[in-house]
Amino acid sequence: MSDEQPEPSPARGAATSGGRRPVSVVGVLGEVLLTAGALILLFLGWQLWWNDAIMAGQQSTAASGLSAEWLEEARAARADDAPPAAEDYGDPVVAAASFDNGDPFAIMYVPRFGEDSQRRIAEGVGLDVLNSTELGVGHYPDTQMPGEVGNFAIASHRSAYGGGMHEIEQLRLGDAIYIQTRDGWYTYRFRDLEYVTPETVEVLAPVPHHPDLEPSDRIITLTSCNPLYSTAERIIAYGVLESWQPSTAGAPAEIADIVESWES
Amino acid sequence: MYAALWRVLPGPVWVRIILLLLIAAAVVFALFTWVFPWVDGIVNPIEVTVE
Repeated sequence: MSDEQPEPSPARGAATSGGRRPVSVVGVLGEVLLTAGALILLFLGWQLWWNDAIMAGQQSTAASGLSAEWLEEARAARADDAPPAAEDYGDPVVAAASFDNGDPFAIMYVPRFGEDSQRRIAEGVGLDVLNSTELGVGHYPDTQMPGEVGNFAIASHRSAYGGGMHEIEQLRLGDAIYIQTRDGWYTYRFRDLEYVTPETVEVLAPVPHHPDLEPSDRIITLTSCNPLYSTAERIIAYGVLESWQPSTAGAPAEIADIVESWES
Repeated sequence: MYAALWRVLPGPVWVRIILLLLIAAAVVFALFTWVFPWVDGIVNPIEVTVE
């Protein structure tokens, strides 16, 4: 903004050489308004890119730390027992829904969202969770837990504040959505996207859009805002649980290397 | 406003331009570090949830 200031001045200097130029109210007002416009644009740039990038880094670092902690715990537990038999782990362990608002109890990692897209999932979907430098993804308190029959529903920003679901519209059929908890790893497979109005709470039902039905599937629902840089609508991504493995079995083979790189 | 700032700055044109760039950098730094985070807590929050 200040870069433009030198321009008018030489001309003005030429016009006023020798004399003082009277200060015009309109002129000052114009400069104030131009400055205000520049400041607002600068703020948007800060909010949508600068601060977004900083928070994304903080949130993924925090998620890596928690993930590594759980991995370490699992390794210690495995040292005592024999490694679990591969393949058949039975029904997924479901943690009791006893977390307080703001407690991080899971990690979300979606390879399609790119490198360092791992985020902590905390209980609650208030701004204290979604706009946090350590959390970023929130769990709708009245929905099910990871691996539970029904709907594990989470929310995150699409843009700004670390944008935990920035690339949500990039999801393709069958994309993995990994959820890590202290108990283990839940692999969901993306099924479809939906675009709804912000009031459409039925997407959070155990059977989305059918609050009266008994659930039989274990699904995950991601909600974020749509279109990008707007909050007019919500974008919803559904996935279905494919497999589960306890934490003592380590991370799923496809992402084991990536998860290990988080530990450093 | 800006004309007055230009008159106050000392030196030849190139010195003034460098000074202006330094001032602009300082202003942007202050905005990014203190002002914008503060404004961010005041303006309407960005809603992403269904409710």
